[in-house]
Amino acid sequence: MTTAFGDDGRIHGAGRGDAVGRWVGHHPIWSLIIAVVVIFLLWLVFAPWPAGFEDVFGKKLIFINALFNGITLGGLYFLVATGFTLIFGLMRNVNLAHGSLYLFGGYMGYEAGEWTGSWLFGYVVAFICCAIVGMAMQFFIFRRMEGQDLRQTLVTLGLSIIFSDLMVWIWGGNAIQIDTPDYLEGPVPMPIVVAVKSSGEAVLLYYPLVRLVIFAAAVLIGIAMWLALNRTRVGVMIRAGVDDRDMLSVLGYRVQLLFIAVFAFGAGLAGMAGIVGGTFQSVSLGEDSHFLLASLVVVIVGGMGSIPGAALGALIIGLSEQIGTVYFQNYSTVLSFLIMVIVLALRPQGLLGRR
Amino acid sequence: MALVQTSKDGALGVGTAERSGPFAQWVSRHAAILLLGLFMVLFPIIANDFFLRQIAGWTMILGMIALSLMFLAGYGGMVSLVQMTVAGLAGYMIAVLGVSSLPKVSLFWPWWAAVPLAIIIAVAFGTLAGALSARTEGIYTIMITLALATSFFYLTLQNWPIFNGFNGFTTIPAPNFLGVKWGDPVPLYYMILFFAALSYAAVLYVSRAPFGLALQGVRDNPRRMEAIGYNVTAHRVAAYAFAALIAAIGGILLVWQNNQISPFSVGVDVVINILIIAVVGGLGHPIGPFIGALIYVILRTFALDALVAVGLDGRRFQMLIGLGFLIIVLFSPDGVIGLWRRWTTRMRAIDGSQRR
Repeated sequence: MTTAFGDDGRIHGAGRGDAVGRWVGHHPIWSLIIAVVVIFLLWLVFAPWPAGFEDVFGKKLIFINALFNGITLGGLYFLVATGFTLIFGLMRNVNLAHGSLYLFGGYMGYEAGEWTGSWLFGYVVAFICCAIVGMAMQFFIFRRMEGQDLRQTLVTLGLSIIFSDLMVWIWGGNAIQIDTPDYLEGPVPMPIVVAVKSSGEAVLLYYPLVRLVIFAAAVLIGIAMWLALNRTRVGVMIRAGVDDRDMLSVLGYRVQLLFIAVFAFGAGLAGMAGIVGGTFQSVSLGEDSHFLLASLVVVIVGGMGSIPGAALGALIIGLSEQIGTVYFQNYSTVLSFLIMVIVLALRPQGLLGRR
Repeated sequence: MALVQTSKDGALGVGTAERSGPFAQWVSRHAAILLLGLFMVLFPIIANDFFLRQIAGWTMILGMIALSLMFLAGYGGMVSLVQMTVAGLAGYMIAVLGVSSLPKVSLFWPWWAAVPLAIIIAVAFGTLAGALSARTEGIYTIMITLALATSFFYLTLQNWPIFNGFNGFTTIPAPNFLGVKWGDPVPLYYMILFFAALSYAAVLYVSRAPFGLALQGVRDNPRRMEAIGYNVTAHRVAAYAFAALIAAIGGILLVWQNNQISPFSVGVDVVINILIIAVVGGLGHPIGPFIGALIYVILRTFALDALVAVGLDGRRFQMLIGLGFLIIVLFSPDGVIGLWRRWTTRMRAIDGSQRR
């Protein structure tokens, strides 16, 4: 596969439009299927559902809500998983303490919010605190065992146990809810008709503003990261490091500094995601393993070490979880699990991963 | 082969064999393990039910599940976190197919029908998990198997028709046959001892059989093995199937010992504890997981009182485990066995210099 179609994935300067066009040329049937699915989805969202349709699929409101919840949850998963995949891609370090960093960020954001009363300030505090922990981990421990993948992973495992016990010690086992700030409180109308009243009046979808804003922020962060990776010098260094870090260090770049920076950034993103998760759901014991699992599945499905892959995987897993909870209550985990199995069977390197 | 032999003997702390008959030689070469076996067989005479069940029983069951991980990690180079899940699935199947306090779900089959089917289902799952993760290499295995194990935990938590959700199953009795009530402490102890010894011997045998040697070749250099003509993926998947068999038996014994199974028997922390047991004991020899399990069980049973006695909070047990694990990983990557091996070689070196 890679030798036959390797070109289209590897050309960066030649323009993305070209690559997409070539992909369509190479995979006419897949392109057709994807186009049909996209058109069908758009129709599902924007058109009022015919009468017989609701009998089979339930209310349109439920479906649209699940869809929106899935997409916004995907935004949250992207924030967590992108740091995980970046750290893995560059340092080959499967950071199993990533879920703990997420939880730690949530708690720190909560504390900062309680002190200052500012929700946004919590993000700064969470980012900085988690970044410091990440830097310390890379500087004091992982730097000393470079190239020993398994040992590093085992160390992150030990650290995650200690972190989670420390957090239980400090914050106890009760769930903490981070309050939505007043200016983002409440639902807003969306230009989507979910039902038509008997009087002929259209009922619009109302959706929580905070989730929309956070999703927009996640998209912005994603775009900013893409630009940083593809248009800046540091980005070039990171991409070069993902491809061949030994070569990069031989060329005289300060790889250790880069590693610490990437670890800090990835950990900081996980910490910010902790506040998002605390606002969406809650900050509580056990959320660390939940989000570690989410990161793992997102990264396995999307492709290890790839940021667009993390975005795609996060969207797929977020949607499958929410749609699954609505339509297959007892088996919603199985749905994400099945997606993972199918991807592993057909494309072991993940949807957008490279061998 | 000779090299392997001597290092194995060194691990068990046996000196040089004297010149005598082959039987005596064999006995003196395996003295440590034979003594241990004799001690384990006679253990019920000196131990009360608490030690039989809570210490020895748990050590051997957790040791078996960790042994299946050790086999994959030590000989195959595949650190699979799915072994506890395989064990848990076998346990769940015993509850679903056999007897439990939940007539709505359980099928109340006799043990001789439920046990083989439970093992078959669990081994099939373990093999499938292996087939999925054997397609990728090295560190990916941990990610994939951890994702599988965690998904299974959440599935049992939210699925009511088969796994009875949050509550799981209770009152799952060990069977009665051959006129013995196998749920009683002493018969259960001997049953667990039998299977633990059997799986220990099986792993030791397989590790020296052609299949095990090929597997170790695959661990050390998959590309070269592929070039020689070995089917690397098939060897890996077969290793997963063998390990799943051990884990499945361990899981069934776990349910009979514990009389219940719930999502928290297969939770992420339990899955990780199995890895900790295997790594702390040492991945170099099949006795390692049992040593690790003994340390873990003793800590779990007595750490609470010990911590309180020292003036610390007894609830910090998990941190103790984490710190101990971290210290082992940082300073002795080959576990307690590695410490022992290094100590014996140093002793021997001192011995040799004195003799000269």
